[in-house]
Amino acid sequence: MDKFTTLTGIAAPLPLINVDTDMIIPKQFLKTIKRSGLGVNLFDEMRFDSEGNENPDFVLNKPAYRNAEILIGGDNFGCGSSREHAPWAIKDFGISCVIAPSFADIFYNNCFKNGILPIALPQEDVDKLMDDAERGSNAVVTVDLESQTITGPDGGSISFEVDSFKKHCLLNGLDDIGLTMEKVASIDTFEAQAAQSRPWV
Amino acid sequence: MTAPKTLYDKIWDAHVAHEAEDGTCLLYIDRHLVHEVTSPQAFEGLRMANRPVRAPEKTIAVPDHNVPTTLDRVNGITNEESRIQVDALDKNARDFGINYYPVDDIRQGIVHIVGPEQGWTLPGMTVVCGDSHTATHGAFGALAHGIGTSEVEHVLATQTLIQKKSKNMKVEITGKLRPGVTAKDITLAVIGATGTAGGTGYVIEYCGEAIRDLSMEGRMTVCNMAIEGGARAGLIAPDQTTYDYVMGRPHAPKGAQWEAALTWWKTLFTDEGAHFDKVLTLKGEDIAPVVTWGTSPEDVLPITGTVPAPEDFEGGKVDAARRSLEYMGLTPGTPLSEIPIDAVFIGSCTNGRIEDLRAAAEIVKGKKIAEGVRGMVVPGSGLVRAQAEEEGLSEIFEAAGFEWRLAGCSMCLAMNPDQLAPGERCASTSNRNFEGRQGFKGRTHLMSPGMAAAAAISGKLTDVREVM
Repeated sequence: MDKFTTLTGIAAPLPLINVDTDMIIPKQFLKTIKRSGLGVNLFDEMRFDSEGNENPDFVLNKPAYRNAEILIGGDNFGCGSSREHAPWAIKDFGISCVIAPSFADIFYNNCFKNGILPIALPQEDVDKLMDDAERGSNAVVTVDLESQTITGPDGGSISFEVDSFKKHCLLNGLDDIGLTMEKVASIDTFEAQAAQSRPWV
Repeated sequence: MTAPKTLYDKIWDAHVAHEAEDGTCLLYIDRHLVHEVTSPQAFEGLRMANRPVRAPEKTIAVPDHNVPTTLDRVNGITNEESRIQVDALDKNARDFGINYYPVDDIRQGIVHIVGPEQGWTLPGMTVVCGDSHTATHGAFGALAHGIGTSEVEHVLATQTLIQKKSKNMKVEITGKLRPGVTAKDITLAVIGATGTAGGTGYVIEYCGEAIRDLSMEGRMTVCNMAIEGGARAGLIAPDQTTYDYVMGRPHAPKGAQWEAALTWWKTLFTDEGAHFDKVLTLKGEDIAPVVTWGTSPEDVLPITGTVPAPEDFEGGKVDAARRSLEYMGLTPGTPLSEIPIDAVFIGSCTNGRIEDLRAAAEIVKGKKIAEGVRGMVVPGSGLVRAQAEEEGLSEIFEAAGFEWRLAGCSMCLAMNPDQLAPGERCASTSNRNFEGRQGFKGRTHLMSPGMAAAAAISGKLTDVREVM
């Protein structure tokens, strides 16, 4: 997994609540058996018309935001399906940080497995960053995971919360399975005990 | 004496294989359900790291999302990408030695219908699947939730998940439901009350007389949509209804093991005085048959209502409602029961079980679908289909003009050829009304099977109570 330490990049505003994973990556792109290559289909039905032409009004089609690396969204970002294709598409597009007032649970977890930092902030902080992001290519924001701070284009700083274990994994690009394998003795013990106490499982 | 525990606390405590100092746990997984869309990358990861599936006997695979539901699917899947995905599942299931129901097996169906039907899902278990509607299995008092593909790989390799405990939320539905009101109306009404993020960070336990009175099919419908309320999982404490459903299923315990299991299952309830972090109570008698008007499952109104205006809302919901109304092609103030429809979809892991088909058939019996409306009934599994045929339900549907399909997810997410055309409006028993969910620019109204059947007959959204 890619590490996430600090990121300085353009922030794109997407001021919509309940951005669902069907919007992020529509189902026709879930037929892949790979993790890569989904960036071109990110937000497909909002980005393109039925003929495949770009919708010039959609934020990621605007010249200032085509290289955005941070996305600012509304409440309940990533709701709906558990498809990890959503964070895969976001990451493949080049976005490594999503900031919103709240996230849906499964999407939030999936981000951390893919080197993406999702940051939940109070509404007023998101509103401020959304305003900053509206300034286009001047909207360069710096996210520092180690110090858990976001620095806006005007130099103002916002701190954020993140689970310590998730932070550790993201900072070091750690593979979850490798970490769990170090505890395999505990799993063996549990499994043996469960086979005694709940043999029908 | 130990502190009183919720049902969630009890199941959680029984499955912690390791706890770190910061509270991060390895939760042991009893059942891992797998389908073709979210698993290929996970199996590829295992192969690359040369890892086996740790507990193949606890892993169950079935193709459902991509499979065509037309009778000609015996000739193979035409769409190449879909075929490759289904073939990959076939190969992975065989290579890794996991339980498997291929597309031509009568037991094939939607993973969340097959698991309970075959007795894989049992009370007190932890159940996961790379699909958000895994919450369905909570109806058995099993802790069940959706996971991403990285977590699918993690469970395949280690039979555990890295988890922190969620908070406890209680949703109580008191008293009795009125005629024409179903489990679907309960679950939509709850989402209407909490919003789609109301359950985020929680595991919901549904309780109260109206929940107790539901069949297992109804309970599965309620828990299925816990995720639409943002909750990681929904739970209903097991009782006699649960035991009666489970007993005798192919993978349910038998003999002395059944007795041992039953003894433990009977301890799976929330203790008196246990703490809930959030509580919602609705009166069963206050719940009406409902439909959704917008593009979020929280956009719920009684069928007797009218299309709302953006100004009826606050905050970010004002713009969201404006966008929804434009997408749905609806004008504020229009009575919901005057909205014409083009299509009807009866099926999905929410409402594709035998009881759902019975409820729809009862409304349809002896009638015809309205002119210009196409209707599709997609049973949740091959066994549901067979039972419906035995009960004569398929004849009722076909005589009315419905297409009678083979089992699969079908137009719930429209990954297979079952899709809406742009602008088409559908009365659907599925679980999501998101933009594009049932087809590019398709418009979805969620409702119960009886309501969808009534809409098929009249050609518009209809109060099922008027045709009962």
